[in-house]
Amino acid sequence: MRDFSYLRAASVEEAINAAALPATMLLAGGTTLLDLAKCGVADPERVVDISHLTGLDTIRVDGEGAFIGALAKMSRVAVDAAIQQQFPAVSEALWQAASAQIRNMASIGGNLLQRTRCAYFRDPATFPACNKRSPGSGCSALEGVTRNHAVLGGSDACIATYPGDLAVALTAFDAVVHLGERSVAIDDFFLLPGSTPNREHAMQPGEMITAITIPTSVAARHSTFIKVRDRQSYEFAAASAAVGIAFEADGKTISDIRVALGGVATKPWRARGVEDALRGRAFEPEAVKQASRLAIEGAIDHGANHYKIELAPRVVERAILKTGAMA
Amino acid sequence: MTIVETRAKRGDASDGTLGGRLSRIDGPAKITGAADYALERQPDGMVHAVLVDSTIASGRVLSIDAEAAEAAPGVLLVMTPDNALPIKSATDWLGTPPPDVPYEPLARTITFSGQHVAAVIAETFEQATSAAALVKVTYEDTAAIASFDDPRAGDGMAIDQMTVEWGDAEAALASAPVRISQEYKTPREYNVPIEPHGLIAHWQGDTLTVWEPSQWIDGMARTYAEWFDIPFENVRLRSPYIGGGFGSKALPLEHGAIAINAARMLGRPVKLAVTRPQTFTAYGGRPATRQTIALGATREGKLLSIVHRGANETSITGIAVEPLGSVTSIMYATPNFSSRQNIVPVNTVKPGALRAPGENPSAFGIECAIDELAYEVGIDPLEIRLLNYAEEDPHAKKPWSTRRLREAYAAGAEAIGWSNRDPRPRSMRVGNQLIGYGVAAGTYPVRRTPGEALVRILSDGTVEVASSSIDMGQGTYTILAQTAAEAIGVPVETVRVKLGDSALPRAPVAGGSQLANLMTGAVHKAALAARDELIGLAINDPNSPFRALQANTLVIENGQIASPRDTGSAVAIAEVMRRTGRDKIETLRNTLPEKLRNDKDHFRNFTTISTMLSPTDGDYSLHSWCVHFVEVRVDVDFGTVRVARMVSALDSGRLYNPKLAESQWKGGIIMGIGQALLEEGIVDSRHGRVINNNLGDYLVPTNADIPDLEVISVGIPDTHASVLGGKAVGELAIVGVAPAIANAVYHATGVRVRDLPITLEKLI
Ligand SMILES: Cc1cc2nc3c(=O)[nH]c(=O)nc-3n(C[C@H](O)[C@H](O)[C@H](O)COP(=O)(O)OP(=O)(O)OC[C@H]3O[C@@H](n4cnc5c(N)ncnc54)[C@H](O)[C@@H]3O)c2cc1C
Ligand code: SF4
Repeated sequence: MRDFSYLRAASVEEAINAAALPATMLLAGGTTLLDLAKCGVADPERVVDISHLTGLDTIRVDGEGAFIGALAKMSRVAVDAAIQQQFPAVSEALWQAASAQIRNMASIGGNLLQRTRCAYFRDPATFPACNKRSPGSGCSALEGVTRNHAVLGGSDACIATYPGDLAVALTAFDAVVHLGERSVAIDDFFLLPGSTPNREHAMQPGEMITAITIPTSVAARHSTFIKVRDRQSYEFAAASAAVGIAFEADGKTISDIRVALGGVATKPWRARGVEDALRGRAFEPEAVKQASRLAIEGAIDHGANHYKIELAPRVVERAILKTGAMA
Repeated sequence: MTIVETRAKRGDASDGTLGGRLSRIDGPAKITGAADYALERQPDGMVHAVLVDSTIASGRVLSIDAEAAEAAPGVLLVMTPDNALPIKSATDWLGTPPPDVPYEPLARTITFSGQHVAAVIAETFEQATSAAALVKVTYEDTAAIASFDDPRAGDGMAIDQMTVEWGDAEAALASAPVRISQEYKTPREYNVPIEPHGLIAHWQGDTLTVWEPSQWIDGMARTYAEWFDIPFENVRLRSPYIGGGFGSKALPLEHGAIAINAARMLGRPVKLAVTRPQTFTAYGGRPATRQTIALGATREGKLLSIVHRGANETSITGIAVEPLGSVTSIMYATPNFSSRQNIVPVNTVKPGALRAPGENPSAFGIECAIDELAYEVGIDPLEIRLLNYAEEDPHAKKPWSTRRLREAYAAGAEAIGWSNRDPRPRSMRVGNQLIGYGVAAGTYPVRRTPGEALVRILSDGTVEVASSSIDMGQGTYTILAQTAAEAIGVPVETVRVKLGDSALPRAPVAGGSQLANLMTGAVHKAALAARDELIGLAINDPNSPFRALQANTLVIENGQIASPRDTGSAVAIAEVMRRTGRDKIETLRNTLPEKLRNDKDHFRNFTTISTMLSPTDGDYSLHSWCVHFVEVRVDVDFGTVRVARMVSALDSGRLYNPKLAESQWKGGIIMGIGQALLEEGIVDSRHGRVINNNLGDYLVPTNADIPDLEVISVGIPDTHASVLGGKAVGELAIVGVAPAIANAVYHATGVRVRDLPITLEKLI
C-alpha cells in the first residue's frame, strides 16, 4: 500500500468525474478494496469515497420488479421482506455470502465488483505472473494449485473463478446493471477472460454502478439458492446454483426455468442448456437429473478442481428438485 | 504490573473455593476492552518496524537495494544483515549452550519462502509498510523442495531417540492371522492466534523492557538477555494478557530479535507486529506428518503386533520432531511393538508446537487403524478398544497413576446412545444425509516442572498472589485466586493475582499442559506458609486479641480468625494486622526439590525445560485420558461433512475449576473439528509457499460448524500426578477428535479418508 489521495464525493457527478481520472478507484464498503490494497493488488493513486452519497441505498419492489441502489448494504437487502417474497434466491444468496460483519459493511455495487480469490492473483510479491493483474505476464495458476479455479469459461490466459454469490442469483433472473444513464444486462456486464482477463466487466472509465434492477417473474418468486462448501458459514462456494421455476396451469409442466451456477466459472454462469432441456417438459426427477448434467457442458478441469465437474450438476439437480417442490 | 481484581459474581459461595465453578476473573476486563494487551502500549517516541520477507523458497540474497525505501517519508532505518548491530547466540530452550557464532535473525541464505531478509523502521506503521514495498531484493534462486511429497525430499533422517520396540513386532505381524496396514497423513496446520505475534521493545540505557504476548516470560527474557549480552535482571518482559498462542508464543523468534535490535540502534521504542500472512511464516505450526501403521491381530481382534513408521517435515536448518509414536506406544496392550520415526527436511519455516504436538497426529493414526481392525474382524469399534485395554503402561511397564478410560467409554457411549448405531457402514440415513457414529480415544501426558509463587497478606486483610506465569485464556488468574483463597481462608474476592511480568517470582513455560498443576502447587505452598505466619502472629504477638486465649492454633474462615474452642470471638484478619502493627505478611515459596535449590539450578529450572520431569519419572505412568463420540451427517451428493452431535468423556484428574476446564476441553474439541474437516496449509509445489496464508482461505471452524458439545468429567484426584490432584487439561481434548470424526465418516459413507482434512472432494 502506498500513499493515495482521498476524495469524499459530494455527488454522483463528482464521483463520476473523479473516477474518470487514471488510477482512481471508488470506495464503497471497502471490504474488497482494503483487502486488496493490503495484499498489494489494488494500488490506486486516488480513492473516491462514495459511501456517504445519499439516495443510492434505496430498496424498492413494485409490480415491475426490484430496484436496488448501489450503496444498499448486503445485510439490508437480505432482510428486505419484499425481496424475500419476490426474489427468495437473491435474499438467500446474500445470507450465505461472507460474514455478518462484512454484509453489514458491504454494498451491492461493490459486491458485484468483488475480485477473484485466486491465491496467485492475491500475492503479487511472490507470484509476478498473473494476466489478470498484469496483462501478458502469464498465469501462475494453470500449473499450480487449482482446487478453487473455474472449470467453465476459462481460457489459456486465466481460469480464475468469479467468487460472488449475489451475481449468480441476479444472472438467473435477468437483472440489469445501471451505470447512470446507461444500463447493461447482467450477463453482458460480466466478461469472459478470453485473452484479456484484466477486463472483468463492461464498465468504462468514469462510469459507476448506480443501481440494479431485477424484473419480476413467477420463476423469481419460486426460486432458491443452494451453496455448497466445506465450512458451513463464511466460505466461498465450491459450487452454487440459483434456480427459479414456473409451471403451467397443470402444475406439472415447466413453463419457465432459470438456472445459474456459481463457484465453478469465470463469471456468473447462466446454464441455458439445462433450462432448454426442461422448459416445456413435465417436472420429473429423472429428467431433472439428466438435464442437470448439461450444466457442465464444455467444462475443463485442471486436476485439483475436477471435483467441481462432479459437484455442480448435483447442486443444480438438488436446487431444481427443491424449487420444484415449493412451486 | 497487571493486577486482576477478583470481583466476579458467584453462583453460590462454594464457587470461590478450589473446585468451584467461578467465572474467569479476567473476563470482565476482556469483555469491556479494559484488558491492556501488550501490543496496545504507546510509549513516547515509539516507531514502527515492518518486515521484508523472501519471495523465494531456496537460494541466497545477492543484493538489497534500499535506496528508495530510505528516501521514503518517515523512514529511519532499513535494517539488513550488513548494517545490523551484532547479536550473540543464546542457550536454547533445552538448556544446550550456544555456539560461539553471532545470531543473524535476518537471512542471507534463503531456506523458505517468507524468511525475513530486511526490516524497515519508520515513524508510522503506514510509512514503514509503504517503504517496505520499495525495498528491492535480488536473489539467486535454487530449486526448492516444497514438501515431503516431493520425491527429491527422500526419506529424511531417522531420529533414534524416537525408536520404541519390544517383542519381535515384524515377525509377530508376519504370522498374525489378521493383518492390516495403511498410511495416515496430516497436513501442515497453523496456530493462527487472533492476537498476532509481536512486541514493543524499549531500551533505557542497558535495561530493556519488552511488551510481548508470551507463554514463557522467563525463558524469553533469558534469551533476550543472552542475545543482547546484558544481565537477566536488566530485561523486563511484560505480558499481561495473551490473545491465544496454542504453543506458538513460548519461544523467542527472529522478529523479536529484529525489533529489539532496531530499538537499540535507533534509541527509540520499536513496535513490530507480524501481519496475518506472516503468521504462516514468521514461525511454524504443526508439521505435515505421515504414518504407516500395520496391525497384526487374532481373528477375535486381540492385538499381536503394532508396527509403526512415522515421518514429519522439518526445515532445512532446524530439527523439529513431532513424536508420532507417543499415543501408539501406550494406548493398547500388545505383546510386540515397533515404532520408528524420521524427519524430512524441506524448504519450510521450522515447524513449531501446536496444541498436543505428537499426541494429536499420533492418535489420528492409531485410532483410525484400530477402527479399521474392528471392521476387519467384525466387532464393534468400542468393543475392540476394551478388548485391547492397556491395564498398565505397555511401554514404561509401570502402573498408571489413574486411567479412567473405561469409565470414559461407558459414560460417553451412554450419552451418545452408541447402542442405537447400526454397525454396518452406510446403513443409516435421513433424506440426503448419511448418518455415521464414530469413536476414538486420546491421551496427553502429565509433565511436571517445579514452580514458585509469592503470597502476600496485606494490612487490610486482602491477599496478593504474584508470579511471572501467564494467562492466555486458560484461567491462571482465576484458579490461583481460588487456590490462595481456600488455603488461607479468605473470600476469593479479596485475592488479587499479578501475573505476566518478569519482575515477579519465576515460572516455567506455560506449555505441555503443566502450568495449572505446578502453579496451584506453588501457590498452595506459599499461601499455607502465609497462613501459618498469620496464625503464629495471632497467637504470639503481645497485641493480638487472641493472646489471652493461650490457644495453640486458630482457624481462619471467610477472612475471620477464630479460636476453634471459642467460636464467639472471630476477628477480621485486618483487625489482627492492625493490632499487631504489621503492614504485610509475605511468603515466597518454590516447589524445587532440595538438590535444585541453588541459584544456578533455580535459574535453569525456570528459563530452560531441562528440569521438566517426564510422565514416567517415578513409580507411575501419569497421563490424562479422553474419548470422543461423534455423530456426523454427510450429504450423499455433496460430500459435505457436518458434526451433528459430540460427546466427550475426559479424565484430567481433579478439576480446580470445572467451568474453566470444560471451556478448555471444548476449545480443544473445536480445534479438533477444524483439524478434521477444514485446516490445511496448501503448498504450491513450485514456489514452496503456503498460498492460503490468511483467515479467508485457511479455514478454521465458525460457530455454525460446531454443535452443542457435551463434556463429561470422569477424573478423580490423582496425587501422584500433582500436589492437588489435577492432571493435564489444556492439550488433552484435541487428541482423538479427528480420528473420531474420520471413523464416523467411514461409518456414514463406507469411505475411509486417511488424509486430513476430510474435504468434500474426498467423498464425492
Ligand atoms: C473474507 C471474505 C469472505 C467473503 N465471502 C464472500 C462470499 O462468501 N460470497 C460473496 O458473495 N462475497 C464474499 N465476500 C466479498 C464481499 O461480499 C465483498 O467484499 C463486498 O460485497 C464488496 O462490497 P464493498 O461495498 O465493501 O466494496 P468495495 O470494497 O468498496 O469495492 C469493491 C470494488 O468495487 C468498486 N466499486 C464499489 N462500488 C462501486 C460502484 N457503485 N460503482 C462502481 N464501482 C464500485 C470499488 O472501486 C472496488 O474496486 C467476501 C469477502 C471477504 C473479505
Ligand atoms: S488464474 Fe487468472 S487471476 Fe489467477 S493467476 Fe492466472 S491469470 Fe491471474
